Amino acid sequence: MSVHLLYAFAGAGVFTIGLFGMVFMVHLLRKLLAFNLMGSGTFLVLVGLAQHRNGVDPVPQALVLTGIVVAIAATALALVLIRRYFHLTGQVTLEPGSRDDEGHS
Amino acid sequence: MMSWLMAGLLFTPLAWAVVSLLVGFRTGRWLSWVGMVLQVGASVALWFAVARESGFYYALGGWQAPLGIELQVDGLALTFVLLTAAVASACGLHAGVYLDPDKPWQRYFWPLFWFLWAGLNAVWLGADLFNLYVGLELITLSAVGLVALGGDAGALRASLRYLLAALVGSMAYLLGVALMYGQFGTLSLAGMSHLAQEYPGLEGAGLAMALMMTGLALKTALFPLHGWLPPAHGIARSPVSALLSALVVKASFFIAARLWLELGPNLGTLALAQLAGVLGALAVLWGSWLACLQPQLKQVVAYSSVAQIGYLFLLFPLTWGVTEAVSQQAQQGMTLQVISHALAKAAMFLAAGNLILSTGSNRVSDLAGVSRFLPFSLFSFGLAGVSLMSLPPTGGFAAKWLLLQASLNSGQWWWTLVLLAGGLLSAAYVFRIYRASFVEHSELDQFYHPPRRLEAIPMMLALMSLGLGLVAEPLLSVMALPFGEGG
Repeated sequence: MSVHLLYAFAGAGVFTIGLFGMVFMVHLLRKLLAFNLMGSGTFLVLVGLAQHRNGVDPVPQALVLTGIVVAIAATALALVLIRRYFHLTGQVTLEPGSRDDEGHS
Repeated sequence: MMSWLMAGLLFTPLAWAVVSLLVGFRTGRWLSWVGMVLQVGASVALWFAVARESGFYYALGGWQAPLGIELQVDGLALTFVLLTAAVASACGLHAGVYLDPDKPWQRYFWPLFWFLWAGLNAVWLGADLFNLYVGLELITLSAVGLVALGGDAGALRASLRYLLAALVGSMAYLLGVALMYGQFGTLSLAGMSHLAQEYPGLEGAGLAMALMMTGLALKTALFPLHGWLPPAHGIARSPVSALLSALVVKASFFIAARLWLELGPNLGTLALAQLAGVLGALAVLWGSWLACLQPQLKQVVAYSSVAQIGYLFLLFPLTWGVTEAVSQQAQQGMTLQVISHALAKAAMFLAAGNLILSTGSNRVSDLAGVSRFLPFSLFSFGLAGVSLMSLPPTGGFAAKWLLLQASLNSGQWWWTLVLLAGGLLSAAYVFRIYRASFVEHSELDQFYHPPRRLEAIPMMLALMSLGLGLVAEPLLSVMALPFGEGG
């Protein structure tokens, strides 16, 4: 097994951990961190897997750079929303709260 | 000439987004009207250009792939660009009157609207997997922002749920792209399709394909991954819901369809195709059934979107392992379904917005008496409903007719049952709204009358979706425009 493949497998592992967190964590900030973990795993696969030819392939590096920018934008948006949501409801989870039920009745 | 058009389609929305960020809602509205005229003009001009010569690849700014951004202007992309121009302009015009300019956060509507439009055009025209990803993310982030514009806790909860689901979808898609790049060493869809033909039996690519499809299905809200859609589409302001249902979910579906049509013959399997079809069929039945049960008007329309998206996924089994003619029929049916659903659903959400504005309540049971006071909006709602029920001569009928023929011609008769049951169920939820609105005794005797323009826009969209079946042939000819290699 080459070292690049090792990177790819590690990336897939990190991605899986992140996915697990995304699904099973309840706290919104933890979910957000889990998303970032998924991102890191993906970037590791992207850079690690594509190095099998001679020399360094510049394309994945450029892709990862763009991917990081996108991930930061998404994280920033999510943080703003979570913060505002916390201010309005005092909740840190998405569990349907009492306000929702009032809306239906 | 061509470079001006391409720049117009992609950079006008971005420029407008940045500029409208600097001004208030009312100035932004003026600015956006100018921008919409420009966008519609550029889209139509591109249509004429492609009809005169042929489709082409276009390297943005002269930078060639893989580091530059390559655009693929073919008939299918053109159809979607034109559809976006029509529907987004209508929603923009409606929003300019519908949204309350005195609420301070509404000024963010225009920047988000334009970012959304830029992302949509980038997805329709993108030719490589990574730029499709960037376009998709641009769409997601601006769509989430638009949902959050409602401002209250419910809107924020819906938008957060939407954002988290969409991010998981994007990451699954991106991991698929990473695996694809590792396998093929290229990101171009056409190049990948070529390589997959040359080296059949690549196992890693099948896994990558499945990952990308799952991610995109999550973003398209395919059953059973649809949980985020009804809250988000139901709670957003009506012009926003119209944009989301009509265009945003179609973007991820468009990528899935592109992937399937290019790579499916080599990397897809019968099981994957049938699975997508079965999930689509379940979405049709489950979404329509839940739409019949919803107490709130906009939730009815939102669940109907879940159902209508289900039809689109019949494309997968109907294009796998069938003859060229059947595959062509299925693709045409899919395109018509996308267009007619976009027009009808935009009309429906905008009309529902008017009804809610008029009665001041989102509940179906509170619609009593509205048939007297707002017959025009109710009529638009019904016309759009006729298209969803797929009665002739609507676009929905033409689409389902093509899908029906494709499923019979390919010997997969079981999909016809889904098409028929879906039509009946959609009739049930549309008539349910009508029944509620014709009840005469109402406690409410004060109905707000929305401005005429708000009522005219959904009517125009509904008439377009109604007449779509009559002009299906010329419309499909746009999709079949020839594609040349040069450009």
